[in-house]
Amino acid sequence: MTGERPRPLLWRLVRGFAMFWWDFLIGDTPELFIAALVTIGVVAALSHLWHLNGVAVIALPALATAALGLSVRRALRSERRPK
Amino acid sequence: MIGAVTGSTGVVVLVGAVFLACAVEMVEALTIVLAVGHTRGWRSAFEGTAVALVVLAALVAVFGPAMVRVPLSVLRLVVGGVLLIFGMQWLRKAILRSSGFKAMHDEDAIYRAKVAELESAGATQRDRIAFVMAFKGVFLEGLEVVITVLTLGTSAHRLGLASTVAAIAVVLVGIVGVVVAKQLSNVPENAMKMGVGVLLVSYGTFWTGEGLRVRWPGNDVMLVGFVVLYVAVTWTLVAYLKHERRTREVAA
Repeated sequence: MTGERPRPLLWRLVRGFAMFWWDFLIGDTPELFIAALVTIGVVAALSHLWHLNGVAVIALPALATAALGLSVRRALRSERRPK
Repeated sequence: MIGAVTGSTGVVVLVGAVFLACAVEMVEALTIVLAVGHTRGWRSAFEGTAVALVVLAALVAVFGPAMVRVPLSVLRLVVGGVLLIFGMQWLRKAILRSSGFKAMHDEDAIYRAKVAELESAGATQRDRIAFVMAFKGVFLEGLEVVITVLTLGTSAHRLGLASTVAAIAVVLVGIVGVVVAKQLSNVPENAMKMGVGVLLVSYGTFWTGEGLRVRWPGNDVMLVGFVVLYVAVTWTLVAYLKHERRTREVAA
């Protein structure tokens, strides 16, 4: 007996839902989540503030590619680190 | 004529992305259901699966029409962002697996682990453990299918097509899985995951841009350009990582 009262069903459902989205979007790659937000911010600025559609066309896939490369590099670094 | 070509390009990429994503998730769900069925009996496995499918269908019925009402630019921006993150996660994992820096997803090992877990648990009258495990396996993998179908389907205004393709993928993998039973490890899952990753990132890039009102040269045809770009990026990263791995092995 731990003496802990079981949580209400609604609380468990909400927590499970939040945990699912956390794992789905962030999980063990928070850098990809942050990179996607930065990409959206940069492209929004290029497109809406400075009206540079041509630059936005190149910047969006370029930033996504850079994010992927950096995330793979991060995985390599953590592999190299002594455990 | 140009409109028809650009429209069909989008449809081909949509069908490919939905089919591959659903097939991969179905393989993972089926592994769990087969482990439950073989170990604890098929009744609880089928009950858990059926209840999970009903809940998933209800989610599609509720959120599908609701998502159609969201303004298209907002929907495409949110969906594009989600697909970009989700696709990059898949692609990163597939690249690391393909280059040997991460262990391959071994369905046989997962099957054995689930069987051991189920065998160690005591049996109850209505086998709640088997029911819950089958339900969770199907529901969690199915939820990813639902998100893929809803996001891709609604953004492309082709929810019906996306749902049909998903259903075909689920049924096909189900039939193949039942026929080959425990040989799901033969499915080239990593190659499929890599393909899905490329398609999701391509769609994610395209719709994020559409949501931000970026005017893509060639409209939908740009999707093919993104697919080619991300295939090249993936190939380059895998080649670089394989070289890096060989260098490390020589140094060690």
